[in-house]
Amino acid sequence: MLLEVNNLVKSFGGIRAVRDVSIGIQENSISAIIGPNGAGKTTFFNLLTGIYKPDSGTVTFDGKSLLGLRPDQVNKAGISRTFQSIRLFGNMTVLENVMVGMHTRLNISLWRTIIRPPSFGRQEEHVRQRATDLLRFVGLAGKGDELSRNLPYGDQRRIEIARALASDPKLILLDEPTAGMNPQESEEAMSLFRKIRDEVGVTVVLIEHDMRVVMGISEHIDVLDYGQKIAEGTPDEIRSNPQVIEAYLGKRASGTGSNAEANDDSAA
Amino acid sequence: MTTITARPQQAANWKDQLNRPSVALIVGLAYIVCAVFLAEVTDRSSLWYPLANMIAVPIFFIAPLVVVSLNITRWLKIALLVIMLGLIMPIIGVANPTYLEIAIQVSIFAGLALGLNIVVGFAGLLDLGYVAFFAVGAYLWAVFTSPVDTVFMINGWTLPGEAFFIMIAIGVFGAAFVGILLGLPVLRLRGDYLAIVTLGFGEVVRMLVRNLDSPINFTNGAQGLYGVGSPPLPGFAIGFTTTIASAFGIRVDNPDAIAGQLMFYVIAIITLLVIILVCSRLKDSPIGRAWTAIREDEVAALAMGVPLVRMKLLAFASGAAFAGAIGVIYASKQTFIDPESFVLLQSISILAMVIVGGMGNIKGVILGAMIITIVDLSTLSNLSLQFNNFRNAGMLDIPPALEPAKYQPLVFGLILVLMMLFRPAGLLPEKSRKLELQAEKEDPLALPTEEPLEDAVLVDTSTPEER
Repeated sequence: MLLEVNNLVKSFGGIRAVRDVSIGIQENSISAIIGPNGAGKTTFFNLLTGIYKPDSGTVTFDGKSLLGLRPDQVNKAGISRTFQSIRLFGNMTVLENVMVGMHTRLNISLWRTIIRPPSFGRQEEHVRQRATDLLRFVGLAGKGDELSRNLPYGDQRRIEIARALASDPKLILLDEPTAGMNPQESEEAMSLFRKIRDEVGVTVVLIEHDMRVVMGISEHIDVLDYGQKIAEGTPDEIRSNPQVIEAYLGKRASGTGSNAEANDDSAA
Repeated sequence: MTTITARPQQAANWKDQLNRPSVALIVGLAYIVCAVFLAEVTDRSSLWYPLANMIAVPIFFIAPLVVVSLNITRWLKIALLVIMLGLIMPIIGVANPTYLEIAIQVSIFAGLALGLNIVVGFAGLLDLGYVAFFAVGAYLWAVFTSPVDTVFMINGWTLPGEAFFIMIAIGVFGAAFVGILLGLPVLRLRGDYLAIVTLGFGEVVRMLVRNLDSPINFTNGAQGLYGVGSPPLPGFAIGFTTTIASAFGIRVDNPDAIAGQLMFYVIAIITLLVIILVCSRLKDSPIGRAWTAIREDEVAALAMGVPLVRMKLLAFASGAAFAGAIGVIYASKQTFIDPESFVLLQSISILAMVIVGGMGNIKGVILGAMIITIVDLSTLSNLSLQFNNFRNAGMLDIPPALEPAKYQPLVFGLILVLMMLFRPAGLLPEKSRKLELQAEKEDPLALPTEEPLEDAVLVDTSTPEER
């Protein structure tokens, strides 16, 4: 297991956003975490990346505990992420956005910045080159000099992915990466996710609502509902799991035990 | 997308305009005319003298900045700047020390504004107590050299003028340390809250300085410290002054005083050049990008591996360091400082320089510092003199109560209001901000709103058939 989460708990006031969740992520896999709105998926990501501190539980990544690390340290440890609502540095160029992503991999010192020894120039050249390569990888070649906020929505999602990949992560967490995309864009995004795993060798975990994407790409799915994990398995197992259907559609629909009827129900 | 392509084109046109030989020629001629006017016209009693002076001074001082913007080879630029700043300015300064004073003040405030620009413009941390770091530098030098009976004087802990340059270095580190002290408690604050706390910090430092005269007299309280030491005057400075004076037939009453001012001019200009160099290197580096990232989105920057605490403290410390160095120079040049030199209004006017010029843009911030300082020191008083001349000539009777010089805060307020209305990103906006404001104007929905998909899509329409 690349990432092992055991009995993770997080409450906000009286609301238990994540209760006792245990999840394991295989190295070099593509997995999805799904669940209805408010199921605690994004909170779960925020716990993994150190933005929230868990109340209890353990997070082990690559053999080391991530508990108590700050988000930038988690990033350095090899977990990078994107955000549900795109959080780009809007007034920086696309290239600069990606360059910021490499921060933890750089040798940064005030003196080197001011004195500028040749090694500083070499590093800057390397950063620029790598960011350009990453932009080409996500399909944004030639757009490096535009302000990131001026790019269309789908491209902004791609910048976020390039920026996340810039830190050379072992694991990338994508929070609803295809939200707001049309079917064709989703299709392109899916092939990009596969490329990330196959060509770059980064393990991918995504939170996703679009079932075409979830079922089409993931090898393993974990389902959260009300902060608890209610199911895990392959896409086929999840599709037929009555608890999952109940979580999404309510009790009566699952009571009939038929997926087809459940579907009719939701249409009605 | 049309807006994005339209804008740089417009900017390019403007740049092209500037690069036309005729424009460069006009600027050059205007500069020479103004320089000759400032150096040669000595008939201060003539009716239109203040008005002419009011026009000539800004042209003369802003011309070097125009030279920097021209599209000419680097070496030509440097040569022109050396002539303008290293030769013409000292000559005019010897002829009329008032202009030397303006040049020193412009350099000092441009340096301060550039330091504040690191905190506010680069890292986006609104700091209203910036003048406190300036005070730290100034008092560091003053307490060790002033002949006032402070604890330092009584115990003989004094420094000779030779220590000046070492003290600039100490001022850099001392102020940077105080910057970190301020930074630590305010790390979690943003925007308005940060502004309020830094404002309080500025006042705390001023009050400390004001009240540290008893039981042990450290700062001499509200009376201030006079006789602050100067670096030793190199002999050639006096020689240079008298040579220029005789070469241009200028009568100099007190060559030592003018040579002293010339020395401070050289120190201030060199300090400013170093600050410009450091600023531009910081901006164009991983550190500068990290600061901009923090300004744009703190959480995203953190998640991308930018260590917030370290980077914010670095911004506070570097901004403060510049102010510390300049504080040492300022105290030495003024020879007298008191707590009233470091009031909140001073912080605000430095911030106004940053805003008027263009937050984040180094050239813009310098322009802002020039405009505010020149309006303050020259334009308003000249306008008052002009009205005075009219009154004496019986042409226009404006009561003395309405003299422009008395309305300095009002004028600054007006400048700020007009700026916010017509050029909210400053006179020379940072490239990205210009694009940002433009995009907002023409495309209010530049960033799409987040709309999560319906959860019901879990059950794919194709599923029943498949099973």
